[in-house]
Amino acid sequence: MTVTLKNGVLDPQGKAIEGALGSLGFEGVHQVRQGKVFDLEVDGTDKAEAEAKLKAMCEKLLANTVIENYTIALD
Amino acid sequence: MKSAVVQLPGLNRDRDMIAALTKISGQAPITVWQTETSIPDDVDLIVIPGGFSYGDYLRCGAIAARMPVMQAIKDKAEKGVKVLGVCNGFQILVEAGMLPGALMRNTTLRFVCKEVKLEVVNADTDFTRAYDKGQIIRCPVAHHDGNYFVDETTLAGMEDRGEIVFRYAEGTNPNGSLGDIAGVINRKGNVLGMMPHPENLIEAAHGGKDGRGIFASALDVIAA
Repeated sequence: MTVTLKNGVLDPQGKAIEGALGSLGFEGVHQVRQGKVFDLEVDGTDKAEAEAKLKAMCEKLLANTVIENYTIALD
Repeated sequence: MKSAVVQLPGLNRDRDMIAALTKISGQAPITVWQTETSIPDDVDLIVIPGGFSYGDYLRCGAIAARMPVMQAIKDKAEKGVKVLGVCNGFQILVEAGMLPGALMRNTTLRFVCKEVKLEVVNADTDFTRAYDKGQIIRCPVAHHDGNYFVDETTLAGMEDRGEIVFRYAEGTNPNGSLGDIAGVINRKGNVLGMMPHPENLIEAAHGGKDGRGIFASALDVIAA
């Protein structure tokens, strides 16, 4: 699961990173957003069931949906 | 008026809070551990103090907000019991969904520990009756994540209903919070969250008593 700040929510850490990238000479870098990645294993073979479980985890704990979006990738 | 102070691993302002409540009400608060599932019926004020519950892991207050004691506090708040969250306590209340919005990293990215000025925006609450509307008080702050954010629509409603209780005054906003917001109250008017630490400015030895009014109001001992 990847959790990032929603558009329109100022990300002070992303801004600082953007400034640091610029000072390293990386030009044309915009809209840096810092986020979190949660990598985990869940038991079972049913993909849909696992996805529903992961979604519930994001909603209930891993993301604060007031300020954050999340995406889920399964493999 | 009987009060209770919530204790969780990593909270470190509980002793200051217990001292403040004891001095102002003349009665020591009870303490409630995170795993407790009920709070005694005679408690009129529940305080969640500041600190770094669960090391601020995941998000400030996020893990604490999901501990069993929080359900007990929600039940009490629904029945009208007063709840005050200071600093990490405020972060826990927003994470628990008991107050709107979120508290994000300070825009300076620095931990801030200093004194600020607060404007009492709403003096008609159970926590601010001891003050006058528009009064400017001194108050210490100490936090890394006090940058209050809420979406525009919610904010407009909160402003209309007088739910913005404190704003940082006179250019003292230490964290970049939206609209200089320092403290907000729920719609029902019994749950207040604030980033500054009024418990650290209640007696002459602290260098002032500006924070006393919050406890005096909540504990109903304004005249004392």
